Amino acid sequence: MKGGEVDKELKIALPKGRLLTETADFLKRAGWGLSDYHEGTRLYRIKSRRFPHLLAKMFSEKDIPIQVAVGNYDLGICGLDWVKELLARYPSSALVKVQNLGCGEDALHMVVSRSLGVTTPEELTARAEVIRIASEYPNLAESFALNLRLRRFSVFPLWGGAEVYPPESADLALVPGRGDKFYEAGLVPISQVLSFSAFLIANKTSWEIKDLGEAVASICEQSVAGEQYRPSLDMTPAPEMAGQWPSTKAGAVRLALPDGHQQLPTVSLLDKAGIQIDDYPSPTGNRRPRVNLPGVVAKVIRPQDMPLQVANGNFDLAITGRDWLKEHLYQFPSSPVTELLDLKFGWVRIVAVVSNDLSVDGSDGLRQLCAERSLPLRVASEYVNIADKYARDNRLGMYRIIPTWGASEAFLPEDADLLIENTQTGRTIARHNLRIIDTLFESTACLISNVNSLASPGAGRIESIVETLRRALKES
Amino acid sequence: MRVQRCKGTRDLAPEEMARFRLIEGVFRDRCLKWGYEEVRTPTLEYLYLFTATGTLTPSMLGKVYSFLDWDGWSGERVVLRPDGTIPVARFYIDNMVEGGSAKLFYVTNVFIFEPTGKETREKWQCGAELIGVSSPSADVELITLAFEVLTGLGLDGIRLRLSHAGLIRALLAGLGLSPAEQNRVFDQILDGDGDVLAKVKPARPQASKALASLITSKGKSSGFLKTLKAQFGQDIPELKAPLDAFIDTVSLLDTLGYDYEIDISSGRGFEYYTGIIFQLLTDEEKIGGGGRYDALIPLVGGRDVPASGFALYLDPLMKAVRPAALGKPGAQRLLVRAEPEMVTEGFAIVKRLHQAGYSAELYLAGRDVAGFRWALDVRSKAPPFLLTDRVKRRKVEAQTIDDVLALLNR
Repeated sequence: MKGGEVDKELKIALPKGRLLTETADFLKRAGWGLSDYHEGTRLYRIKSRRFPHLLAKMFSEKDIPIQVAVGNYDLGICGLDWVKELLARYPSSALVKVQNLGCGEDALHMVVSRSLGVTTPEELTARAEVIRIASEYPNLAESFALNLRLRRFSVFPLWGGAEVYPPESADLALVPGRGDKFYEAGLVPISQVLSFSAFLIANKTSWEIKDLGEAVASICEQSVAGEQYRPSLDMTPAPEMAGQWPSTKAGAVRLALPDGHQQLPTVSLLDKAGIQIDDYPSPTGNRRPRVNLPGVVAKVIRPQDMPLQVANGNFDLAITGRDWLKEHLYQFPSSPVTELLDLKFGWVRIVAVVSNDLSVDGSDGLRQLCAERSLPLRVASEYVNIADKYARDNRLGMYRIIPTWGASEAFLPEDADLLIENTQTGRTIARHNLRIIDTLFESTACLISNVNSLASPGAGRIESIVETLRRALKES
Repeated sequence: MRVQRCKGTRDLAPEEMARFRLIEGVFRDRCLKWGYEEVRTPTLEYLYLFTATGTLTPSMLGKVYSFLDWDGWSGERVVLRPDGTIPVARFYIDNMVEGGSAKLFYVTNVFIFEPTGKETREKWQCGAELIGVSSPSADVELITLAFEVLTGLGLDGIRLRLSHAGLIRALLAGLGLSPAEQNRVFDQILDGDGDVLAKVKPARPQASKALASLITSKGKSSGFLKTLKAQFGQDIPELKAPLDAFIDTVSLLDTLGYDYEIDISSGRGFEYYTGIIFQLLTDEEKIGGGGRYDALIPLVGGRDVPASGFALYLDPLMKAVRPAALGKPGAQRLLVRAEPEMVTEGFAIVKRLHQAGYSAELYLAGRDVAGFRWALDVRSKAPPFLLTDRVKRRKVEAQTIDDVLALLNR
């Protein structure tokens, strides 16, 4: 492409998920005439009728500020929450907040369990014991802790479902949402960390040297700066939650059940084992289903988050994927988490993927590619530690790991060179004009535990559940 | 691919290391003479060692190098030491608390992020801590030690600037500010905003004059503090106790003939200090600082033990030390040139020369041979040794290595 063409080209990162519908409506009103930007689309690259030089790509919202800050995109639309999350850790990121779009309003609150009896953040600062904070926003959670001068704290970075962690699995959770949601979950907001809405953001360099005028103007004309969301802090007590959450000392077993698409095969296996669970999967999003087995309690959390939670002794048993177990063990080799059973369902391959435009085969080819080029190899993955180990083990020389939060296929070839991804059939990969060049390992669902739980007084009950599941697996 | 030095770091070249070792050597010497013992704490500490004190400002804690260790699944981070004193306080509590008082010193690096990358993010310090003593003499001993080191390095014209953390805190309380507001202003002073005091709106009008006097005038004697006490002691009773403590130390400095200036609005980087704060400056920059931090050891989890200390900053000091202060260790170096069949003998001779106290090395092809005073040829034929004095331009034959040593000693 000639220099002039590059200058004209305009790249924008658009959100999937929560903000998709509102953003699509917004850009429609702004006359962008976007192809294929709607719920359920399988194409991540989008064209605009109004701006022929515009290239739009869809990303998970959390990826957008990073992609804009590193200069892969001139513009991006995402919630201000993810912008602040990036800036909390990397304050010199090259981002310009251009325009509040006045939609997608929400707030981030630090919440505690009502049972704790705490109503202000200051009540926590005197505590000498470790205060555990669970959140999808670990950087904001950490700066909250530092600003509050908590004496000792730890942050659990999560993929989701933070509201189910307090009080047993964390003392505090930093969560998006409003009063009603907290009330139902037995939570009390003690501090509003952020009130936010969707924003148009720009890369600082693009903003300074490129002509983004027409596209930015079309957005600014449409945006009615929305009323900032003011939460009403509801401090009235709600009824106590059913089911006490015991510690291991009490001899009960704490089970973590997966949310998302592993729910149905999990139910089917538990059924075969004669373990009934009420309200799981829950149409209302209940994350504390009741287990019809004496001495067993359950919470529904993300499979990605389970190994870390089991390592910390917050759960005795969890149903997750071997990919997420390995991801955890590669980060923390001496972790007390161990696999007890291969549950056989949820089979995927973890593969190394490149663009079809790249004539590379296998890890030897990658190594050669790295040796030949002067720029670092960009490795995108949801599995940061698996990707890092793969690059180390294969001596990929100078490389960078780009953490992603879903829709990783969209990164190749423009925004990454190599992708470490899971796949069942390989069809999604092929559809994005990508090619598998290596298989790292195969993964299925597995039952994991903590070696300390297995040595605790409650171990007998854990073993009997494992045995029941083992028999159910054999019969199936 | 060209591998670059990490942004915000620096290499210390041989010439800089010579300066570094000179400073370190003088510092160690004076510390040992004053009865201080050397310690070295680990580069990695738990982050909570630094958050637990509640004294480092959030802005400072936002610049530390913290990460999850390989066994950090609990989510608690470890950190590259951002401060020299707090680890020593931990060390004291872990190892020496039974012994009562302790005099400790260290030479260490500390790591703090600096956004432009133009300044180094890894800084070196020479620090001394006097733990378990609360007298003005202890504070003055530290100031005296610091000056002995600087004088020993041939530096003169060092300025001493004094402030008092207890006085600043008492003033903020005396202004009638809320506790939250007091903390905010104090944090801003610690983060280097010296003007923040001038912007404070006192809730108690009688405090305004005291505030104005304190921040605008720069005193040069204990008399200045005594005048302040007479002026405001009645209106703002909170100021009395810290002023008395400050006067005690400053009076001792007066009798010892120290020149200094009092500037209470300067407090950058003195997070955990409770009493006197002193800073050492050349014309260009700050080269050291210290003071009294009586609350630190209890905050780190120890008993109520008072302490004070200081650190000299190696990075600016390395620039300030004049080359004349550097010795020239290479002046008497000796180059041993062994003929190929005499290499074994060459190694043995170098060993003998080292044992005799000489700097000697074997000739290696490709090495620059300039800068050697002596060259010794080790030959397979007679004479076995030929010693060249390159300064006096003279060659002398020798039969044994003992003859060579005798010639060198002449």
